[in-house]
Parts: sequence; C-alpha cells; structure tokens
Amino acid sequence: MMLLQSVQEAATQGSATGTAMDWLWLVPMLPLLGFVLNGAISLLSATTLGPADPSAAGHGHRDDGHTAHGHDHEHPEPHKLAWLTSIIGSGVLIASFGVAVAVFMAYRSSGAADTAPIVQTYFTWMLTGDLSINASLMIDQLSLVMVLVVTGVGALIHVFSVGYMREDPGYPRYFAYLNLFVFFMLVLVLGANYPVLFVGWEGVGLCSYLLIGFWFSDKANADAGKKAFIVNRIGDFGFLIAMFLLFANLGSLDFTVLRTAAAGLEPGGVLVTAICLFLFLGCTGKSAQIPLYVWLPDAMAGPTPVSALIHAATMVTAGVYLIARSSFLFSIAPFASLTVVVVGALTAIFAATIGLKQWDIKKVLAYSTISQLGYMFVGVGVGAYAAGVFHLVTHAFFKALLFLGSGSVIYAMHRAYHATHSHEDAQDMRNMGGLRTQMPWTFALMWVATLAIAGVPAFSGFFSKDEILTSVFVRARGSTLADATWFGVPGNVVLYACYALGLAAALLTAIYMTRMMLYTFHGPSRTGEKERPHLAEAPWVMTGPLVVLGVLSAIGGWLNLPAFVPVQPTTSLEHWLEPVVGKSALRVTHGAPQEISHSLEYALVGAAVLIAAIGIWIAFNRLKPETLVPKAQAKPEEGFQRVLEHKYFVDEAYDKVIVRPTFVTSRNLLWRGIDVGLIDGLMVNGSAWTARALGWLGSTLQSGQVGTYAWVLVLGVLAVLGAVTLR
Amino acid sequence: MLAESLFFSAVLFVIGVVGVLTRRNAIIIFMCVELMLNAVNLSFVAFAQVYGVAGQVFVFFVMTVAAAEAAVGLAIIIALFRHRHTVNLEQINLLKG
Repeated sequence: MMLLQSVQEAATQGSATGTAMDWLWLVPMLPLLGFVLNGAISLLSATTLGPADPSAAGHGHRDDGHTAHGHDHEHPEPHKLAWLTSIIGSGVLIASFGVAVAVFMAYRSSGAADTAPIVQTYFTWMLTGDLSINASLMIDQLSLVMVLVVTGVGALIHVFSVGYMREDPGYPRYFAYLNLFVFFMLVLVLGANYPVLFVGWEGVGLCSYLLIGFWFSDKANADAGKKAFIVNRIGDFGFLIAMFLLFANLGSLDFTVLRTAAAGLEPGGVLVTAICLFLFLGCTGKSAQIPLYVWLPDAMAGPTPVSALIHAATMVTAGVYLIARSSFLFSIAPFASLTVVVVGALTAIFAATIGLKQWDIKKVLAYSTISQLGYMFVGVGVGAYAAGVFHLVTHAFFKALLFLGSGSVIYAMHRAYHATHSHEDAQDMRNMGGLRTQMPWTFALMWVATLAIAGVPAFSGFFSKDEILTSVFVRARGSTLADATWFGVPGNVVLYACYALGLAAALLTAIYMTRMMLYTFHGPSRTGEKERPHLAEAPWVMTGPLVVLGVLSAIGGWLNLPAFVPVQPTTSLEHWLEPVVGKSALRVTHGAPQEISHSLEYALVGAAVLIAAIGIWIAFNRLKPETLVPKAQAKPEEGFQRVLEHKYFVDEAYDKVIVRPTFVTSRNLLWRGIDVGLIDGLMVNGSAWTARALGWLGSTLQSGQVGTYAWVLVLGVLAVLGAVTLR
Repeated sequence: MLAESLFFSAVLFVIGVVGVLTRRNAIIIFMCVELMLNAVNLSFVAFAQVYGVAGQVFVFFVMTVAAAEAAVGLAIIIALFRHRHTVNLEQINLLKG
C-alpha cells in the first residue's frame, strides 16, 4: 500500500508518467511476494503436516551429501503442497521477467533512453545530518541488462528446480529462499545509490548462505555456508569503507550525483585509488577472486540449481556489475584499474589450472566460474566495461546451462544409484562415462555450452571473450592504464602480460571443459552394470530450460557482434550501454575510441580461435576416457597433478596461516585470557569478591557486644566534640 | 554557684559514662544511664537560674521520660533474665552480623 502511494508520488514528480516504467517496483516485489507465500507454506506445513523438513526429520544423507535426493534409506514423501509452491515459486519469476521486459520496452521507446537514468524514489530511508538516503530504484541501460538476465535466467532455473527438487521434503523452504535471493539480486542491480545496492549485496549473501547450507543437517554443508558468509564479510568491510570515503569526500551516495561529483576528484589521486581498491576488495569477496575465492568451490554443497543461479549466473557477477556501475571512479584510478586487471588475469589462469584436475563435475564448473569471472574483471579493469558486461551476460547463459546440465547428470546418476541402493559418488566423473547414449539431450546441449565457453567461433562465449582479450591488447598500446605504472612496472607491460595470461587461460579452459565432456559423456560407462539400465534423461521440466539456455548460449553473441563481422547490427550492447559507461571508457582511452587495423584485429581473433582449437585438440588426444577407473579404484595422484587436485593447498595454507592462528588466539588469548580471565575473572567475579570482602568487614563491626557499641559511641561523641571545639 | 553546679553535674555524668563503659551487669548499666540523666537534669536546673524557667520545664520532661524508660527497661531486663538466666551483657550478643 505504502509502495503504491509512493509510486503515485514518484509518478507525479514527473518521471515518465503512465508507462510500464511505473511498474518497475513490481519486478523485485513479485519475488518477495513469492518468498512470503512459500515461506508461509513452509512454516505452516512444519506445524500442521508434521516434520516434513529435513531439519526436523533427521533424514539419512548420502556420504557426499551433495545431491538433491539424499535420502537413501528412507523414502520421504514429496511435500504435500509442492504443487502450490511450484506455481508460486516459478510463477512470480516468470511474471517478474514479463514486467522487466515491459519496462525494457517502455524505456527503449521513451526518449529518455539517451539522457539521464530514471530514478524512482519510494521513501526516505535515512535522514541524518548531511546524509540523506532514499529507498529508490533506478532504471538505466546497465541495470536493465542485469534485470533481464537475473529474471530471465532466474526463471529458467526456477522451472528446472521444480523437477530437480521435487522430492525434497524442504521444497517450499527451497523456493522461499530462491525467491528471496532473486528479490535481493534485483534490489542490488536496481538500487539508485550505494546503500540500497549494499542491501541487495548483503541480502544475496544471506540467501547464498541459506542455500549453500540448505541440507544443513550435514555438517559439511553447514560449514560451507558459514565459510561463504565469513569470507564475504571480509569483502563487505572493503565495500563499507569505500562508501564511507565516498560520503565523507563527495557528500552523497547517489549514483547520479556521484557521476558528476567524481569530476572533482583528482584523477589518479590517493583518494579515488583508495575508494576503488576498497570497492574492489568487496568485489573479490562477492565475485570470488584471489584472494577471497575459496568459498565458491565449497559453495557447490548447495543444490545444483542454486549453484547455477547464485554461484555462476547472477550473484557472483555482482562485483563486475559494481565496477561497471562505478566506472566513473575506476576510469580515473589507473592504479586501481590495473590491480583489477592483474587480479582478474591471475584468477583466470589460477582457477583454470585447478579445473584441470578436479573430478567432481560441479567442482570443475566452480573453478571454471572463478576463471571466467577473472575474465570479466580483466574486461572492466581495462575500461572495456561493455565487454565485461557482455561476457557477464553470455557467461550467465552458458554457465547456467552447464550447471543445470550437470544437475541433470547428477539427477540421473543419483536415481540410478538410488534404484540399486549403491553408495557411490554421483558427482564424480570417474563414476560416469558414456552418458551420451542415455542422455542425448543433455549431452548435445552441454556440448553447445562447452563450445561457447571454450571460445569456438559463432558461439556466444567466443565473441565476449574475444572482445575482452582484444580490449586488453588495444589498451596496452595506448591508454591511461598503459601510461601508469603498477608497482614500478610500466602499465603496458602489465597489460601485455595479462593478455598472455588471458590467452593461456583460454587454452586451459578449452582443455578442462573438453575433459569434463569426455569423461562424463564419452568413452565407456563406468557407472556399473546394475546401475546402467536406470540411467535416463531427466523429465522435460528440467530439459526444457536447458534447451532455452542452449539456444541462448549459441546465439547470445549476437547481442554484441564485433565491428568486423559482415552481419548487422554490430556492437549493439556496447552502443546500448554507452550512456552509462561510454564516457568512462573514453576517458581510459584518452578520449578517442581506439581504432585498430583490421589485419591486427584478424590476427588477434585468429590467435584466440587457434588457442581454443589447440585446447580441444589436446584434450581429445591426450585424455583417454577408456583408461579411467571408477573413483573407488582410483590411485592417488602424484607430483604436480596432486598439487592441482588439491587446489594448490590454498585451503590448507589459509587454514594454517589465518584460520588456525585466529582460532588459537581467539581461544587462548581472547576467550581464556581476556574473556574468562579479565572480564569474567577480574571484572565480574572481582567486583563480587570486593563487595563480599567489604560486607564481611562491615559485619564484623556488629559484634553484638553492647559494651563495644557504647565505647564506639562515646569515642565518636568525643571525636565530634573535639572536632567542634578545636576547630 | 553555676560553676560549682556544672562541675558537679559533669562529675556525675562522667561517673555514669564510666559505669556504662566498664560494667557488665545490665541493671548497673541501667542505673548508670539514670545517673547520666540526672547529671543533665542538674545542669538544666543550674542554667535555669540564669536563663529562665525553660530549663526547669525540660527537667520535668526528662524525669517523665526516665520514668517511662525505667518501666520499659526493667521489664526488658526481667524478660531477658527469664530467657537467659543472666543479665551479663557479654553473654547477651545474639544480635550480630
């Protein structure tokens, strides 16, 4: 009701009256409604239908605890209100997507598209001193792209979840969390100022935590959720500091105000560099970059659609969005931008090497996600904001497809193991093999996504990845970044090195993705004789979204074709985003769009294509799925392969260097020393002891001997008299 | 005349105080308290000759209060003796912290 009034107010303030844009608030509110309804169903059923939730039922999980239907020994009934939850849960997302499309159309046709963004203010959130923060949403080209991706891909994943989570007793709870996540994600991308964005930022972190630990009766899952939450907290600290600095120096936190106010900052100055670096610290947490990437592989403990939605397609791209949104700051901070590029490139290659030796199908995809996020940061770091966002969009398509496809595989594997009461790991690729005959649709669609991520021409990932790499190369030849130095190294050297790292990561990407496909779908089946007949394609409610995503993965590159292809229209996404990031991008390239000769451009594209081809060729030639043995019989790896399989022992190193010392210090110094010793001992018990001692002293004065009292009385009177007379 | 009276009063008062402080028998302490009251009475009367009758009026008040106090005090001592079979104050020390 309040919102309706506010919308009317906003409308009377003259911001595009009477168009679909007035319904913008519906986009985030519909998922919130879904959350409320599904949450109510979940809570009601907990009281009226008995212990349907896994928390109450104490169900028997599989050892790996990762799979959707982890109930081997008992056969829990699907939730009685599952049909209602399915309708609400995916219905609100589809409706939200519809509204988003309507808003997009209205925005495009209104003349406002080329001028200022449209801000709709609903109420004043905080008003204290000079600080005034409104709860307001903003439509501009960038937020619209994000909203369409979040609601569109989100809706597909919700539909997939209907099939994947069907038999889970916590079904309404799952959809409540998922809807809540989408709500916060939309607040994140629609927020018109940093605090509102931060609300979404924290909210998606919360939902990520809730969904990673969805099967929380298994301690490993609950721990993974905690890890994600705590690691993100470190990044959020940076985000907060950046907001404080912005407000203290520029006096506002609204994007529209800051865009003009940022002109007053000294380019390359300490202040803007500090703000950008702190913002980027926030991004490393949320978007899983070195050094805070460690939570994302563990986040695969959640249900697979969650991995697709939150930990691949949407939430983890929030950092990329944040930098694109703050492009007016990053474009005048070359040092910070170079840091973004270097961290992104290192993350891309580092995660890609780990992805080479993972056996868990979801872990491969997790490290692949980290690696691809690294690419996006390289893109937005070099000031090619449109390229970064473009890769964000295409990545959302093909990575969601890959995750949902792996979910489909895990679903099939788990059903097979379930039918034969086997306790093998349904996610280990050594237990798969030869699935192409049983799951032809998933097989074909995942190959589409694999070709896209590997950068095979005409698929979506090719265009976006190529554009990022080309941008890096071009910026190295001449830009504010190339003129700057990074820890004494000239900027152009740094950029050339990052370009090389990007190419190397592209090679590795092609290898590990082909490896995953080979081990999962090709070669002989290693699933086991008994299980093989039970393997089958997942129901259409799951395969359908895969088909849609497959189409998007294949043709997504058309959003932003490079200028050299003969097909029109080219660079449409870049053109679309120009009002938001165009000025910033130009500032990085000395005010003029960079022209490169066609021969050089063809050479760069050729190099990228060659790299992808070599990667796939290596994978086909060197990897022999025929020689692979199931997990149970596999020998441990040796040498560097072992280092890769154990992810460079980073988790162990963090454990030794940070977690253990913190833990020991907390326990011995803070808990036993300061809390138990100082606070409890000295302060609390100490004051009690002092009071008791004083009381004992006082009580001994009252001896019960009247004679003593009389003496004290007389002496007291004498003392008073003496004092009075002698004064 | 005033000086002698006051001196005599002071001597009586000090005898009373010393008695209260040194003796252990409740009856004797009680008598010493009476002695102190009468010492005060004496000084009131002596002052009354110089400053008017107000002092004599006070004496009547003091005597009345002393009589009442004697009645109550002696009753308490008798009750005490019935319980404890002693009026030695050193043995009557139940009321302590």
